[in-house]
Amino acid sequence: MSIAQTLQGRRFFVTGGTGFLGTALIERILRTIPESSVVLLIRPGRRTTPMDRAMKEIIRNDCFDRLRDELGDSFSSQIESRLDAVAGDVTRDLLGLDEEGLAKMSTCDLIIHSAAAVSFDSPLDQAVEINLLGPSRVGDAMAAARELAQVHGTNGPQHMIAVSTCYVASTFQGEAKEHLLGDHRFDLDVDWHREVSSARRLRDDLESESRRSPVQDEVTARARRELGAAGSHVVAIRAEKIRDEWVKERLVEAGTTRSQALGWPDAYPYTKALGERALVEQHGPKSTSPLPISIVRPSIIESALSEPVPGWIRGFRMAEPIIVSYARGLLKEFPGVPEGIVDVIPVDMVVADIIAVAAHGPADKEVAVYQVASGVRNPLRYGRLVELVQEWFTERPLYDDQGQPISVPAWSFPGRGRVQRQLKRATSGIDAIERILGALPLRGRQATLSAELEERNTIAKRALGYVELYGSYTETEARYRIDRSLALFDALEDSDKATFAFDPGVIDWDAYVSDVHLPSVVRHARVRTTPGTQVMADRQDRGRAAVLSPDRQLAVFDLENTLMASNVVDTFAWLASRHLPLSRRASFVADLVKDGPQLLALDRRDRGDFLRSFYMRYEGAPADQLRADAWELFSEQLLLRSYPEGIARVREHRKLGHRTLLITGALDMVIAPLAPLFDDVICARLGEKDGRLTGRMQELPPIGEARANVLEDYADANGMKLSESVAYADSASDLALLEAVGFPVAVNPEARLALIARRRGWLIEDWHRAKGGSSRTFPLGPLDAKQPGASRRISRGVTR
Amino acid sequence: MSPRPGFVLDVDRSTPPTLMWKGESFGLQKLPTGSRVIYAPEPFDALEDPETAIREALENPTGDQIPLSAQLRSGMRLTICFDDISLPLPPMAAPDIRQMVIEAVLDAAAAAGVDDVVLIAALALHRRMTEPELRHALGNRVYDAFAPHGNLMQHDAEDPDNLVHLGVTDKGEDVEINKRAAESDLLVYVNINLVAMDGGHKSVATGLASYKSLRHHHNPSTMRHSKSFMHAPDSALHTANWRMGRLIKDSGVNIFQIETTLNTNTFPDSFQFLQKREWEWNLRDRVSFQASSRALDAAPKKMARQILQGIKAPHALRSVYAGEVEAVHEKILTDVWAQQGVAVEGQTDIVTMGLPYICPYNVNSIMNPILVACLGLGYFFNLYKGKPVVREGGVAILFHPTRPEFHPGHHPSYIDFFEQVLTETKDPVVMSEKFEEAFATDPWYIHLYRTGHAYHGVHPFYMWYWCAHAMEHLSKVIIVGGDPATVRRLGFHPATTLDDALEIAQDTVGAHPTITHLHNPPLFLSDVT
Repeated sequence: MSIAQTLQGRRFFVTGGTGFLGTALIERILRTIPESSVVLLIRPGRRTTPMDRAMKEIIRNDCFDRLRDELGDSFSSQIESRLDAVAGDVTRDLLGLDEEGLAKMSTCDLIIHSAAAVSFDSPLDQAVEINLLGPSRVGDAMAAARELAQVHGTNGPQHMIAVSTCYVASTFQGEAKEHLLGDHRFDLDVDWHREVSSARRLRDDLESESRRSPVQDEVTARARRELGAAGSHVVAIRAEKIRDEWVKERLVEAGTTRSQALGWPDAYPYTKALGERALVEQHGPKSTSPLPISIVRPSIIESALSEPVPGWIRGFRMAEPIIVSYARGLLKEFPGVPEGIVDVIPVDMVVADIIAVAAHGPADKEVAVYQVASGVRNPLRYGRLVELVQEWFTERPLYDDQGQPISVPAWSFPGRGRVQRQLKRATSGIDAIERILGALPLRGRQATLSAELEERNTIAKRALGYVELYGSYTETEARYRIDRSLALFDALEDSDKATFAFDPGVIDWDAYVSDVHLPSVVRHARVRTTPGTQVMADRQDRGRAAVLSPDRQLAVFDLENTLMASNVVDTFAWLASRHLPLSRRASFVADLVKDGPQLLALDRRDRGDFLRSFYMRYEGAPADQLRADAWELFSEQLLLRSYPEGIARVREHRKLGHRTLLITGALDMVIAPLAPLFDDVICARLGEKDGRLTGRMQELPPIGEARANVLEDYADANGMKLSESVAYADSASDLALLEAVGFPVAVNPEARLALIARRRGWLIEDWHRAKGGSSRTFPLGPLDAKQPGASRRISRGVTR
Repeated sequence: MSPRPGFVLDVDRSTPPTLMWKGESFGLQKLPTGSRVIYAPEPFDALEDPETAIREALENPTGDQIPLSAQLRSGMRLTICFDDISLPLPPMAAPDIRQMVIEAVLDAAAAAGVDDVVLIAALALHRRMTEPELRHALGNRVYDAFAPHGNLMQHDAEDPDNLVHLGVTDKGEDVEINKRAAESDLLVYVNINLVAMDGGHKSVATGLASYKSLRHHHNPSTMRHSKSFMHAPDSALHTANWRMGRLIKDSGVNIFQIETTLNTNTFPDSFQFLQKREWEWNLRDRVSFQASSRALDAAPKKMARQILQGIKAPHALRSVYAGEVEAVHEKILTDVWAQQGVAVEGQTDIVTMGLPYICPYNVNSIMNPILVACLGLGYFFNLYKGKPVVREGGVAILFHPTRPEFHPGHHPSYIDFFEQVLTETKDPVVMSEKFEEAFATDPWYIHLYRTGHAYHGVHPFYMWYWCAHAMEHLSKVIIVGGDPATVRRLGFHPATTLDDALEIAQDTVGAHPTITHLHNPPLFLSDVT
């Protein structure tokens, strides 16, 4: 009987369906096995049902394009009737299934457990919960489902296939056979219970350590450094994130340390190995609750050879970051020995192997292990892979930001240590430059530059991680035997051999790498494959088009450094000196300069305190005089320091029918001449008594995160959606404001904001003063054309 | 020694290099042998007693007008309008001629017991003048007597409350002008007739008009049919203004026109070499040239600009007439041509001009690229009577750095015009149809024009229309030393040297073109036969 006939009408329970292997598996089952159906175990989202998630994350993947074409109109109805999803999680006992979920599981015939934490930088405890305890939890749930089925007079699941990895065999040399662990003389006898409790305890310890001084202090300080005076709430959110990362980093490190001590390259194979052992101990033939189990161990899974389409891949797999880093010129060398073997297996072969095992059924009184790997039968030599990659990118180079082709370096097969040292030197160099740049008050283009540097740093760091990890895999000298898989393959009917091909002997590596894998990697890596600067321009144009779509409702603008290069200090200097005779100007400037550092420090600490204290300088100033002078200030000073592109943008929004709003800490009288540019203005106002200013603000203008609240109220009051609004600001202290809207725009961002904007893909605008505009650093009002009798003093700051 | 007339020099091998303006600097340029250089006549002598001349003019009106003093009486409304910052160029050393004339008029008014007197700067769509500029034009005495009481006004072409629609001409042109001026018992207009285009009916019909009224003659079609606007009979611009002026007169506005001519003494002592013929430079001129050209080249751009904008011209009053608009204007034109006219025989393939740092619209400001085009193609090109110095299909070569610099306070709409309009079209007709109205009615530009010191939103269009006749006439415009991207944005060709420019011109005018250089300033008007 063929595989399709054997499995016809069967119901599969699948974990890990949203993963690379899982997606391919589900697609193949639904496409090739008639009347089969699948129940997925899906982690519930906060607002989505498991089925929604399944549709969004699995069925919408391009993996299903072929099936969609084949089925045409009946695709949705087929999926609806043959696909079901239950809420659950492999990190919880009995998979966290509710009654209904368990009942659904009990109607299944087969269980395929492919959920795993495969990423090399998984925290240890997470890897332990998913990879180590996951398989036995699936076993527990299977046992419960079988009991439930018996109550209902049915059989329940008859076979569990647990997906593991060849690398469980640790880094020993020689042949790794399709044996259970513990059967080999070199296997360490590790007590997995201990490993579990230690990992959990480590998480608890780190969690509490991170909440105490000095870690908590450092974390908060770093968040403040990053965001500045953005507001305590925003800083707190950022600090929590940094703290989480701190804990995670230490757990990743702990995982690597422990794994390497036991002879595995990292936490993934280590936890998978112990997971196999735990499964066998709890549900193996010799256990108290024996279950029919098979284990399939693939090597490194890469893009599909032919099913559903050649080159299909999901997510960023292990080798891709390295290949892309190399093609982008970030990675000059890659460790490894040319004659070493890279054990890669296309995803469709792994899927075929699993389905063949499912059709074959479990072994009697034994946990059968099937390895699916290419190294022994049809080895891909590392040297050959490198040559192919090099040739490929020499012919089709990637392009840098300037649209220039990047030439790939010749690979010299250095040792791993050397590459790591190189990369570390590079990243620490970038780190240092970045620290310096971050400390400088950069804006606009320079700030964007430092953001680019940071991005390169991230890529280099990621590549370093992969080199560390991947290096140990290429250096693994174990040879994974696949005798049992091959025997299974040989026993297949001829038609199945074509439909469910998993004999790696048929792979033509040259063709696979050049025609299938690399094109797919490049397609998925979002890298530039065409010359010219068009792509950058396109991105900018798209961003602008989105911001200036007629669908937008509200555009809110910050003033200082967003629309003009001016601030409360220099407007004060101008106004206060406007009627000052020449003889008194020097001492006025000296006074203001003397207070400079103190003002600057205050501004950095708390913008509200700064404004409150600074505006006191206006105490006693004649209000009408100031109002009149403000118009002169505007045309002689502010307008000259304005960014014409910014002013044009405000007007463009208005022309499109968007409402425009200015939020600023500047004084109402100072910005009065600018007010007609906007529909509304929210600004600071000083009290007035007997025609003189009191120096006290009538209400504090919104600053930092308060701006987001004010904006929210404003949008509500005007029946507008923030998700359809645009905000323009220049500094990380306006983060809350920018985050509040659907379309944030960083204008001439200072370094911290530039970084954030770049990471989040926000539109960045580089607006300049008109060439020819004023560039005086310390602007004083002009001398009176003809000095009136006595000069009118407007402020305490002057009389002091 | 009486001043020598202007003349046309033929460049031969012994001719020294010619002074060439390049915006905020100048240098010496060797012109190809066989080129012609047109030199302005030397400045006429100043009137010995300008105050008396002015008083006499006021009391002995020209044409059908009664003497000023006979028209002044207690209880009347008197409005004195005057030309704005765009005249004269460079601004003249104090006392400004406006101050002298207005003080004479005010003396007469005071003697007659007139107390309702208002001064209005006739801005049209130009920027409002600043306090120092007004003080310079009027003198402190006049300023302090009028400004604090709100009696010194600047015409606001966007103030609906202070405009009056006087009617429509037989060609369908709206005539809408300043209400206070129109409704006064007597409107005195004080002109400075720097070139032949100024004055006449244009003073009131343009200087005090609204956008609604101005657009009838400030448009591509009128400009293309003004050949040139320095010679009223051939100028559609003037024909329209004359129609409007007559309508204004017919609707009962009593205009007492005062027109003045200045001599062409353009540069102060230290810069005398700028208006001398190069082969007559003495040692002092050579030293001044070396010192000032090097200083300007070495100084930061901003400082060079400040130095040059600080120049006050020693212009002196040459003649003054008062009375009925057309009669006064006719007399003044004779004087303008006498001082500035140069007879030029035959047209040329290529005209070259060194553009100085100043034009009517960047006094105390920045000469932006649009103004560069306007100064070369709108003004210098049009300083002719009969036919242009350069033949139809010829080439103009301008010398100017043409940097993309703008004064954001004075020329905000120019910035957007440069970025939004010139990127789409250079065709005056297309832009007038597609963009003009949006700029002209933009509330932000109107706000800046009315409350700040910005030119009206539509003004850059007018500057471009000003070039329309030249653009149609010429086959190519080349800017030597211009910023390439900016020059291309204007639709012109950038070149680094005159030789490059001649090379670029070759495909249009051949390998051996005739070349004529306009040695301007001092200003002159070519009478081309």
